[in-house]
Amino acid sequence: MEHKFPTSLEVIDICLLAGKIMLQCGAETYRVEDTMSRIAATFGIPDSHSYVTPTGIIFSVDGTEPAKLIRISERTTDLYKVTLVNGVSRKAASGELTSKQAYIRLKEIEEADFTFPIYQQIVAAAIASGCFMLMFLGQWSDFIPAVICGGIGFTSFIYLHRVVQIKFFSEFLASLIIGLAAFLFIKSGFGAQLDKIIIGSVMPLVPGLLITNAVRDLMAGHLVSGLSKGAEAFLTAFAIGTGIAVIFAFYS
Amino acid sequence: MLTHLVTSFIASAAFGILFNAPKKSLLQCGFVGMVGWMIYIILVDRYFDAVVSSLIAAFSIAVLSQMFARYYRTPIIIFSVSGIIPLVPGGLAYDAMRNFVENDYNTAIQLAAKAFMISGSIAVGLVVSEVLNQLIRKIPLKR
Repeated sequence: MEHKFPTSLEVIDICLLAGKIMLQCGAETYRVEDTMSRIAATFGIPDSHSYVTPTGIIFSVDGTEPAKLIRISERTTDLYKVTLVNGVSRKAASGELTSKQAYIRLKEIEEADFTFPIYQQIVAAAIASGCFMLMFLGQWSDFIPAVICGGIGFTSFIYLHRVVQIKFFSEFLASLIIGLAAFLFIKSGFGAQLDKIIIGSVMPLVPGLLITNAVRDLMAGHLVSGLSKGAEAFLTAFAIGTGIAVIFAFYS
Repeated sequence: MLTHLVTSFIASAAFGILFNAPKKSLLQCGFVGMVGWMIYIILVDRYFDAVVSSLIAAFSIAVLSQMFARYYRTPIIIFSVSGIIPLVPGGLAYDAMRNFVENDYNTAIQLAAKAFMISGSIAVGLVVSEVLNQLIRKIPLKR
């Protein structure tokens, strides 16, 4: 197969698109940079420079081409898309995909929605809450309350986030609702241990991915991204804590 | 013990769903989480302090995830993240928060420090395994 190198502008577009998808879906910073430089090298640009932070990507290649910038405003967790983009970059590197095909494939990935249906996510969150309650040495009689609290909490988080758009606030409200629900369960006599129910139900909101990524980025030398992801994780944890704290402040 | 085995598996797999991991890898996510949690529980129960146990558990999770990632040719993050989740000291952080609100600052600071130590040890466990992995990968090349 004749390997015709695409123009550098096309390559920059492909790299930025791949980087954007990966960053929005919660990949680590070093993986984003690595993938972008690999794709660039595959399509004939061995020297590329990227600067990735959680809120934006700057990418430039040597020569006269201008550096390009992409702003990332919304970040979610979608590991499936990360896997897909990874696959595209692998295939491009092995020569199975031309630059055109890679670009089309990335566009498809960007626009598609692979997330599980919302009801499945809610069920998963609810069951996870119940299981966590048991793992933290709760009693079996608290299983149902924990499942219900976790389900309510996650549902309200999803819907509040659509309305309010501010992550901190929706997390705060969601944990407030969890606290209230757990408290009502205790008062009405269905639940036994308030602490265990709340801990279990709050777990789906805990920023585990952010914490892990923050530390790995810090260790890999991406100080800016590591610190800002750490800040995001801390804000989330703080929001959850505050929501629960409000309940205790009023009722204990 | 059986309860722990089953619940940790389900919880980790459910987290795979929340993070939208590929459907094929949900079982592996659950398995990684289960192994990590069992190591943690057994160590905490019999041998070590929670900090050391988290370190060892996180290390084994990372090693296992690396093996899975190599085998299934997917990013390692899929497995390690859902495996790590059960180890996150949510309960301690919660207790700390509760004591803060109840104006018992001495207990609260103690608990918060402990939670901080545990999250630090999880991170160190992950990083150590990554460094080892890179070492192992690089040494044969230099022969």
